[in-house]
Order: sequence, then C-alpha cells, then structure tokens
Amino acid sequence: MQVPILKQGQYLIASIQGALGDQDLVQLRDALAEKVGRLRARGVIVDVTVLDVMDSFASRTLRDLAHMTRLRGAETVIVGIQPEVAFAMVQLGLTLEGVDTALDLEEGLAFLDKKMKRSRSRG
Amino acid sequence: MGDQKSKREERIGSTSPSRVVPSSSEESAVPLLRELVAHLRKNRTQLREEWARRITEAKLLTAMTREEIFAEATSVYDNYVEVLETGAVEALQAYARDLSERIIPRGVETDEVVGIVLLLRDVLARSLFAKYQADFQLLNRILDAYEPAANRIANTVAVGFVQERERIIRQQQEAIRELSTPVLQVRERLLILPIIGVIDPQRARQLTEQLLRGIRTNRARVVVIDITGVAAMDVTVANHLVQTVEASRLLGATVIVTGLSPEIAQTLVTIGVDLGKMNTVGDLQGGIEEAERLLGYKVTPFATPFSETSQET
Amino acid sequence: MASETVVPINADVDVVVARQRGRELASELGFVPTDSTLIATAISELARNIVCYAKHGEILIKPVQSGDRVGIAVVARDKGPGIANISLAMQDGFTTSGGLGLGLPGVKRLVDEFHLVSNANSGTTVTIKKWKR
Repeated sequence: MQVPILKQGQYLIASIQGALGDQDLVQLRDALAEKVGRLRARGVIVDVTVLDVMDSFASRTLRDLAHMTRLRGAETVIVGIQPEVAFAMVQLGLTLEGVDTALDLEEGLAFLDKKMKRSRSRG
Repeated sequence: MGDQKSKREERIGSTSPSRVVPSSSEESAVPLLRELVAHLRKNRTQLREEWARRITEAKLLTAMTREEIFAEATSVYDNYVEVLETGAVEALQAYARDLSERIIPRGVETDEVVGIVLLLRDVLARSLFAKYQADFQLLNRILDAYEPAANRIANTVAVGFVQERERIIRQQQEAIRELSTPVLQVRERLLILPIIGVIDPQRARQLTEQLLRGIRTNRARVVVIDITGVAAMDVTVANHLVQTVEASRLLGATVIVTGLSPEIAQTLVTIGVDLGKMNTVGDLQGGIEEAERLLGYKVTPFATPFSETSQET
Repeated sequence: MASETVVPINADVDVVVARQRGRELASELGFVPTDSTLIATAISELARNIVCYAKHGEILIKPVQSGDRVGIAVVARDKGPGIANISLAMQDGFTTSGGLGLGLPGVKRLVDEFHLVSNANSGTTVTIKKWKR
C-alpha cells in the first residue's frame, strides 16, 4: 500500500492509511528523503494514527527516516502513536530516541511551526 | 408445573459431561435414586417449608426476608432434586452463581450458604429415615445412593459461592486501584498524576495505561507524576516508571517527576536507572511551575502583581 | 471456542497477516485492547525473525486454557540455521542481522510465558503464551 505524501507550505505530510508491509515502509522512507530535497521542505509529518502495531522494523525505519530527512534539511515529527501501541513499544524497548513525536497532526504542525520560528529568530 | 416437567425431560435426554451418577459400577443406584426423587417431589411443599423453617431457626440468611428465603429455598430445592434425578450439575452451578451474585452484596457469608445446603441435606435425610424406617436394608441402600449425590451438590453450591465471592473481591480491588490513581487535569494540556501507596508491577502497569489514555483524551502536552506518597521502589517498579515516561513521550507529552524521596533517589542511582531520560523537579509545586513554563504560561508571583508589565516590555 | 490458525511465513507481507490473525483471535477471546496489541506486536517480532534468519517458516496461533484462565498461544517454527548461542540471543542488545537487537528478550517482556528451542539441524521453535487478565 502506497502512502500519499502531501505538500502543505514548507511541510510534507505523509498519512499512513492502513497496515504497512516492510517494503511499503522502506518506500515511504526513501520517497520522503527524496521529496524533502526536491520540494525544499523544512518539515515532515508522518501520521501513524492507523498503525495498530509498531515493531522493531517499523521503529527503526521511522528513526532512519527522521535522521535522513534531517540530513537533507528538514525536521521530522511522528504523530498519532496510539496509547496501546506506545505501551507495547516501550515494553519491547523501542523508544524512538532522538525522534520528535506529537499527539496528532494538529500538534505536529504546531510543533514544527514553533521549531521553525525558533531557528529563524536564531539565525 | 407442566412446562417444568417437559424441561426436565429435555435435560434427561441431553448427555452432559459431568454427572454425579451413574458410573457403571453404581448402576444399581439408579432405581433407588429414582424412587428417592419421586418421594422428594411428592413431599415438595412440606419439605420445603420444613427447610425454610430450619433456616430461620438456625438464624441463617438473616439479611433476607422470610419471603425471600422461601423463594430461594424453593429454587434450590427444585434444582437439588433435579441434580439427584439427572446427575447433571450445570444448571445448579449456574443457579448457585446467580444466587451468590444476588446475595453477596447483601452480606451473606460463606458459612451461611454452606449451612443452608447442609440443612437441606439433613431435612431430606430425616424424611428418608421416616419413610423407610420399617425396612432397614432398603433405608441403608437409599442412603448409600443419596449420600454421594448430596455431597456433590453441597460441594457445587459452596464452590460456586466462593468463586463468585472471589470474583467480586477481584472486581472491587480493581475499582479501588482505579480510584487510587486519579489522572487530574489541572489546566489545559497539563495532567497531574499523584501516586500514593505501594506500587506493585500490576498497579504500575495499570497506572501507565490510564495515564496514556488520559494524555490522549485530554490532549496533554505535559504530565507531572508526583511520587511523594510512594514509600519504596524496587527495580521492577523503577523500570515501569521509566517506561511510563518513555511511552508518554511517544504520545508527544513531556513527563516531569516530582517528590523523589532521598531513599528512592538512592535506589534509582544504585540500580542504575537511566536518569537522563527523566525530567525531575523537587516538589509538586516546582513541578507544576516547570510544566507551566514548558506550556508557555508566564508564572507571576502574587506578591508582586505589577512586575508583569515591566517584564513584558 | 475459536480454533487455531496457521500462517505460513515466506515474505515480509506475511508478517502483517500473522499479526492481524493474532489480534483477531485475541479480541475474539476477550483480551483488553492493550494486551491484544502486545500479542500482535510479539507475533510481528517472531514472524520477522523467521523472515530475517530462516526465510521460511510458520506461525501457529491458538487459544489455550488452564483451569479458569483463558489465553493465547503462539508457536513460531522454522527450519532455519538455528540459534548458535541461545543465552547470547536472549541478552538485550544482541543481534546478527543489523536489527535493533531487541527481538527475543523484548518479545519475552511482552508475554507471560516464553519458551525457546533451537539447534543447528532442526531450526528454531519459539512458543509464547499470554493469559487474559
């Protein structure tokens, strides 16, 4: 299942629509890393609200995605992790260290806006 | 009564996995039990009344009215006779559970339930004595057939009651646990979780689940977990706390832990909990101030209300 | 009572099928959502191990009962190379395929019972159980 990627202002928004196989996730990672450069995006939001399982592979791929986009000049925030999923993840030892998270799309946008404002005032 | 009879016949027809009688070696007990059942059914009214009277006399089921006792006695009696007849205890089991569910909240104790079943056993045994006293041999054989079935019935009812009681106790413990860890919203986007008392792994787990749901429903950005009321913490619970902090972050919320006692702080350091992941502030007051700062609120002391304007410029 | 399911594991898409079956059975048995998620996540990890290390195998998911308790059992079987050093594989942080290395010990934390049999000739069998709360 392909994940649609929307451009909104300087952000890219990828909303996962259903259960994803490993290949789908890898594809999403690569597509975002590519689009961030081409579309000169400053921020990326990956909405995982519909994911009912986040295992080690999914966690690692999302972490890699965040690191790759950062190297390409955009901040990534993962939004919509469900309470049960978060519970299972930490039991498994998956904490998405170094990756920003937010409650939902709205919070994710607010988070990126704040971050952009800060970096602009700094620089 | 007509439809009750047809229902009974239906039960006899159905094969049931757990039966009191007959095992093949006790085949001879069947006609005796049949005779017994006929006797108990014929004298239903009288024996039932006798039983209810004995219950009242023994001061059992005092939480119930005379009418209630009689109504339950009737049901138990009919179930009892039916088990003797068919050997299938499932209906009695179901009834015992149902009865227990109704009477446990009214304070009926285990010994009362065991007591009334034993009384019924006694009432029925006495009536058998009275009927067969002329034929001592037959009486003995009847009692031999009656005895194991009656024991099994007493057992079924008592076990059903105890199980139901345990279930209710578990349910209440669960409810108390829920109550003892309230997730409070003190202002928009800010939750406080004051933990008091002993944390075992089960409670720690429940607490985490509750908090995560709370974060989602209240759209919380910051959570203050206050553990001033927690006396001790072992390695398992400490790890749970770290997991709670991490899981909350995955939902986008920052956790501030307050009220770590010197003892707990020492435990955490000794067992090597990764404190880098934990945002700690001395007391609850300080924790809330830190939370408000994170949320972008400006904290202004009441004593100097005019300093706010000078700060703004 | 619900019956058992066997999901053949040959590719990464089968991982998704296996965990969905597990979740279905768990909710059918009346597990709370959190525990259904823990079960589905554990199955996902076990199925992934099969894909990564053995290429082919199967996941069997079935209801179990012990006294009053109802639970779910998952058996992950493969005829792969086996695990050379089990105690090493059960240490947090160990991995041989560039993963996060939290596989088996992590799975053990998600469930109530964990049993691992592995040798070089006959492959690996992991059995896990989780009981309803």
